[in-house]
Amino acid sequence: MIYNIPYIAVVALILIGLYAVIFKRNLIKIVIGITLIESGVNLFLITLAFREGSIAPIYRGSGSNPLNMSLPVPHALTLTSIVIGVAVLALMLSLIIHIYKHYNTLDVSKIGREKE
Amino acid sequence: MNLIDDLIFHSPALIVAIPLLGAFLTPLVSKINDKLRNVFVIFIVFLTSFFVLLLANDIYSVCGKIHTYVFGGSAAVTQGGYAIRILFEVDGLNIFMALITTILAIAGVIYSWSFMKENTGLDKYYTLYLLMIAGMFGMILTGDMFNFFVFLEITSISSCALIAFWTNKGKAVDAGFKYIVVSATGALFVLFAIAILYGQYNALNMAVLASKIQFSFLDKIALVVLVTGLAMKAGIVPMHMWLPDAYGRAPSSVTLILVGVTQASLYGALRMIFTVYGNNLSNTLNQIGDVNIDLNLLLGIFIVALALLTIFIGVLMALKENNFKRMIAFAAVAEIGYMILAIGAALTTVFSTTDTGTGVMALKGGIFHILNDALDVGLLFLVAGAVYYATKETSLNRLGGLARNMKYTTIFFLIGLLAVSGMPPMNGFASKLIIYESTYQVNPILSIIAILCSILLLAVFVKVFHSAFLGPKQSRFDDVKEVPKSMLLAMGIIACIIIFIGLFPNLVIDNIVQPAVNALTNHSNYISNVIGGI
Amino acid sequence: MSGMSRIVKTVTNVAFPIVMIYGLYVIAHGHLTPGGGFQGGAVVASGLAMLLVAYGSVWTMGKVKEKQLSVLESLGAIGFIGLAFLGILMVFVYTSFQGNFFNNFLINQDKIPIFNEIGEGFANINTAGVIPLMNFAVGLKVIAGLFAIVLVMAYATRLKGVKQK
Repeated sequence: MIYNIPYIAVVALILIGLYAVIFKRNLIKIVIGITLIESGVNLFLITLAFREGSIAPIYRGSGSNPLNMSLPVPHALTLTSIVIGVAVLALMLSLIIHIYKHYNTLDVSKIGREKE
Repeated sequence: MNLIDDLIFHSPALIVAIPLLGAFLTPLVSKINDKLRNVFVIFIVFLTSFFVLLLANDIYSVCGKIHTYVFGGSAAVTQGGYAIRILFEVDGLNIFMALITTILAIAGVIYSWSFMKENTGLDKYYTLYLLMIAGMFGMILTGDMFNFFVFLEITSISSCALIAFWTNKGKAVDAGFKYIVVSATGALFVLFAIAILYGQYNALNMAVLASKIQFSFLDKIALVVLVTGLAMKAGIVPMHMWLPDAYGRAPSSVTLILVGVTQASLYGALRMIFTVYGNNLSNTLNQIGDVNIDLNLLLGIFIVALALLTIFIGVLMALKENNFKRMIAFAAVAEIGYMILAIGAALTTVFSTTDTGTGVMALKGGIFHILNDALDVGLLFLVAGAVYYATKETSLNRLGGLARNMKYTTIFFLIGLLAVSGMPPMNGFASKLIIYESTYQVNPILSIIAILCSILLLAVFVKVFHSAFLGPKQSRFDDVKEVPKSMLLAMGIIACIIIFIGLFPNLVIDNIVQPAVNALTNHSNYISNVIGGI
Repeated sequence: MSGMSRIVKTVTNVAFPIVMIYGLYVIAHGHLTPGGGFQGGAVVASGLAMLLVAYGSVWTMGKVKEKQLSVLESLGAIGFIGLAFLGILMVFVYTSFQGNFFNNFLINQDKIPIFNEIGEGFANINTAGVIPLMNFAVGLKVIAGLFAIVLVMAYATRLKGVKQK
């Protein structure tokens, strides 16, 4: 049972993030919602690497046993996903700075409504 | 060790690597001179298209040939039987999408030479443009699931920055923000599905995954999440809200490539459904109570229902629009609905043993329509950009009588109008006729609704043509001149290809579309090219 | 933004070299211990961001121009792609270096003996072939890129807003 707690946390994070993206009206809260979804997916990826009683996958010369290490491939996948998340977050925050300069409000129902 | 043979062998990697190198060199080149930067970018795009044509020539020479390229090694499978390196696997469908991307990229770069001339910050524009092209080629040619996700994110980030390029207008930045929220959520759904599949089968390679997959409960969840994530990026109702804003407020040369991006996401959905899941979709019976329902029938009916909704909403919203580019964007939504309609109709029949003629014909129509829709809608967006460049007006209420000053633009708009609504002798007629015929055999009502919406689209565009180009001469537009030659050249390239495909559709279908359909339905060939026999 | 008080500036003067050395250590040992290009680059960039917060954006933008950061970033990226291209192009220099794109052409070869050490000194920096060089290139790009993002955001909050119709 205790090994299922990360998966429950993943589903909870993704659902809370989706709620924040769909139902909140402040622009910063939408960005926080996307960050929550991304954290949930990263947690899911890194949980897949775990084998019971394993140690970190670092090669130590003669004293290391490759069968005792946790899988190293999901570590690389999670790192790539974190980098992509940083880039998307930087882009979204820069766009919010521009939007605030034009409309002077952070409410998503008041921007972009002008007649063409 | 012929040089041409070496180039053909290395070309799947070079098609992605050369725009990437060009994108990183552009900030340094643009510090020297501005004209040199433009020439450099056009040179990079032409070099990439040379490699695409070389690879296409090699793949179409033998029926069913697949190129596999392993990154960083020479063998796809190690001694233990594991495929651990990233592969690019190019078959008929991949090279078909690459040809579409090449045409759009060449037209876009030539068009933006003079369309974007008065803007500042152009070195960032060209860097992002080349990055977007590299990301699209990577998304199309790859044979590895996680690599597909990485290139999907590269494309969405760079296209979002290009949509919000005119930062002095607030609405363009708002459109970019909506686009990145929907795009990031869709891509994270795709990553979630890839993680579920990796956790079950310990495989990230598409071919290895296709040979190992059994249709358990977690796989069904993964299929639903994957198709939802890719449909969010392709603009299918009910996730189409970002499409009119993003297409309508971006610069026109960027909108041209955005059409290609949405179609590359559609290609991703096709590849996942038909090749990765292909073995199991047909022979899995889903029992609800005492009734046995075929799973691909259920999926096909669901996709057809979504497609009809997309076509309806696209056409009806286009009827009431007043902005030139937003109207064309709604027409683009309706055209994606046509593609999904053909693919859904194909899914219901292509795997069953009783009726294989209809399914293959529907797939042919759907894939041919991908090519035609990219060209038609692209030409219409370029014309809208030309009108904006000449008159600085976007609303149809204030335009009028432009045909006297802009003769060539009017002719190009006429060609695009006839092509989008499916009139002969343009290419839209050929693909839409195949879609009508094949969906008629599935259910006659689908075909009737499709023809009706096509006629409504013709009505919408005739109204636009009359109000924008015909009509009495207005005194504000006295000194409106024809647009510069490079924009005319880009529009002319696409118009010539449209007329050529419209006059000789058989040539195109036999040589280009048929290998793509064969590659899509023949997934055992795809698998055995990597792991050597099932 | 203006800088902070004298106490904060003094502590930043002490802590900044330590953070830089730690970040460069993580970049350089990426093929042996956890770390590598992006992780070490993020540590160094956060050290530079600490400098930006403590001294104020006016002082920092006087010392570092954006154009220099752009050139550094491009150099890092070109180094990475160039090393990847050398996997194909090295066949013109030594004919036994045949390989694909992104090939690790510096291991299992005897033309350049300095990169071919495995076994005895397995924790040295020249053991994994091309990988430490690619780590340096990616680390340079990440340092320049993340610092440019933080610098431009600090600059943008100083501008007056434009009321747009």
